[in-house]
Amino acid sequence: MTENDQTKTNDSPSGRIFAKFISNRIALVGLVLISSYVIVALAAPMIYPSDPNILNLNQVLRPPSAADFLGTDELGRSVLGRIIWGSRVSLSIAFVVVGVGMVFGVPIGLASGYYGGTFDFVIQRCTDVLLAFPAFLLALALIAVLGVGFINTVTSVAIAMIPQYIRLVRACTLSVKEQVYVEAAKTVGTNSFKILYRHILPNVMVPIIVQTTLNLGIAILFAAGLGFLGVGIQPPTPEWGTMLGAGRIYIFRAPHVATFPGLAIFLAVLGFNLLGDGLRDALDPRFKG
Amino acid sequence: MLNHAIKRLFASVFVILGISLLLFVMLRSLPGDPAVVLAGEMATDEDIVLIREQLGLDQPVYIQYGRFLNRLIHFDLGRSARTQDPVIYDIKTRLPNTLLLAITATFLACLIGIPAGILSATKPHTWIDYLATSTALFGISMPVFWLGLMMVVVFSVILKWLPAGGTGGIEHLVMPSFSLAAFLIAFIARMTRASLLEVLSQDYITTARSKGLSEQCVISRHAIKNALIPIVTVIGLQFGRLLGGAVLTETVFAWPGIGRLLVDSITARDYPMVQGVILTFGLLFVLVNLIVDLSYSLIDPRITYD
Repeated sequence: MTENDQTKTNDSPSGRIFAKFISNRIALVGLVLISSYVIVALAAPMIYPSDPNILNLNQVLRPPSAADFLGTDELGRSVLGRIIWGSRVSLSIAFVVVGVGMVFGVPIGLASGYYGGTFDFVIQRCTDVLLAFPAFLLALALIAVLGVGFINTVTSVAIAMIPQYIRLVRACTLSVKEQVYVEAAKTVGTNSFKILYRHILPNVMVPIIVQTTLNLGIAILFAAGLGFLGVGIQPPTPEWGTMLGAGRIYIFRAPHVATFPGLAIFLAVLGFNLLGDGLRDALDPRFKG
Repeated sequence: MLNHAIKRLFASVFVILGISLLLFVMLRSLPGDPAVVLAGEMATDEDIVLIREQLGLDQPVYIQYGRFLNRLIHFDLGRSARTQDPVIYDIKTRLPNTLLLAITATFLACLIGIPAGILSATKPHTWIDYLATSTALFGISMPVFWLGLMMVVVFSVILKWLPAGGTGGIEHLVMPSFSLAAFLIAFIARMTRASLLEVLSQDYITTARSKGLSEQCVISRHAIKNALIPIVTVIGLQFGRLLGGAVLTETVFAWPGIGRLLVDSITARDYPMVQGVILTFGLLFVLVNLIVDLSYSLIDPRITYD
């Protein structure tokens, strides 16, 4: 690449955003953390080829050692192996939850903000009610109705997340729809659907991307919280919160059983928060860093 | 102001009605016959028939909802499927414990978070600022239940300074309230820093400094008052997360509040109790945000609602 090409790349909006993001060391720490988690989750069968659910009752509650780097749990299973395999479960939940939240929340928020009127009024009052419940309690209430398990954990946390997307996207849409380019598109007879997806959606993507990154951390926390309470993912599936909940009973005898899954949750959430903050600083011109 | 208060009160009533409707629909969405579910596993056929009649499950849905609302207005939340005690009795017994925990945590969060945010904003880009902001980021990312357990390991198992759980003296309150307050401390510190940095760039602060006022006076008399609104807002909005955290903290520390009652009731499929506790949490959250909203004009007299 010539010097001229390099200058051009840095002068383009995406180049400036990339340069700003890369220059933020804290955001890079977040990116490295999350990339590591994703790599571990994808390569789990290669990193820890054994079945993480195989019991070894001769090796229960062993402290960290050279043989078992993070020790063993109450059923003699490797804590490290279960954390590695657990990254697949916890990250899958986070991505699916946020995906579902976006698939429902973004179009509803766009339509609510753009069309206004009775539709907006009804949607906003429903959102008010859902937001009147603290999100984790809403997820718990839904679990009470739906029951425990993977699908129900994902469903309940996703439903708790939808109103946040609706509110965020609606607020951004209200501002963007007053812009001249939207008025121009209306004037030339562009249909509403095209205006929403061609002109408004790309201009509300920045807050959606930032919020989604932060929501991935929140989804991990919520799913882990449900697992910890015994109403989320059920054993023997290696989910970090469920592992922590099971290890709680042995906190006096073998604190490592609860400590390391908790550390895995903490670092994952920290990673998403650092990444989210970094993306916000880089993408949102109001944040000058 | 009075008009605004009345309007907000009406809006809150609508939200509460919405919550009651949502709970009503959720309970009716349970798989199987609601009367069988509500009666619990040990119920006889007679019990189920009685519950069906009591709840008017043979009536049209809108009449059922009307009756449900009527019972709510009279604080009749039904009876626990587990203990057969009135739901309201268990909630009344345990709610003070949850409130004590939540209020202590909020107090601690303000006591630590606001000074940390002020220090951070008045010494930006120094090691104090970096320490405060990174600690705040850690606080936001830390699962409340893990922090609680780690505190048990350090202060109960290793140092043997504090009891690992239960209620009693003030020593029982220390770890639950600190672990619950951690994320709120972080939020308040971050918001105080951001809000104060914005206020400190205003012209009236430059004027106050050019008059020769000490930096302490500028911060305490001029800047803090103007930075309070976002801080109070964040406390109100995060109160919901505090209630969610209370469910987890109460479980970690065997604290006999309504959060633990909710988890026990979900596990035991005690739906009347689940409904009652969720409703109580919803009411608390609405009430706190109403108070926060009404407090704006007291904090900042420039805010009027005419």
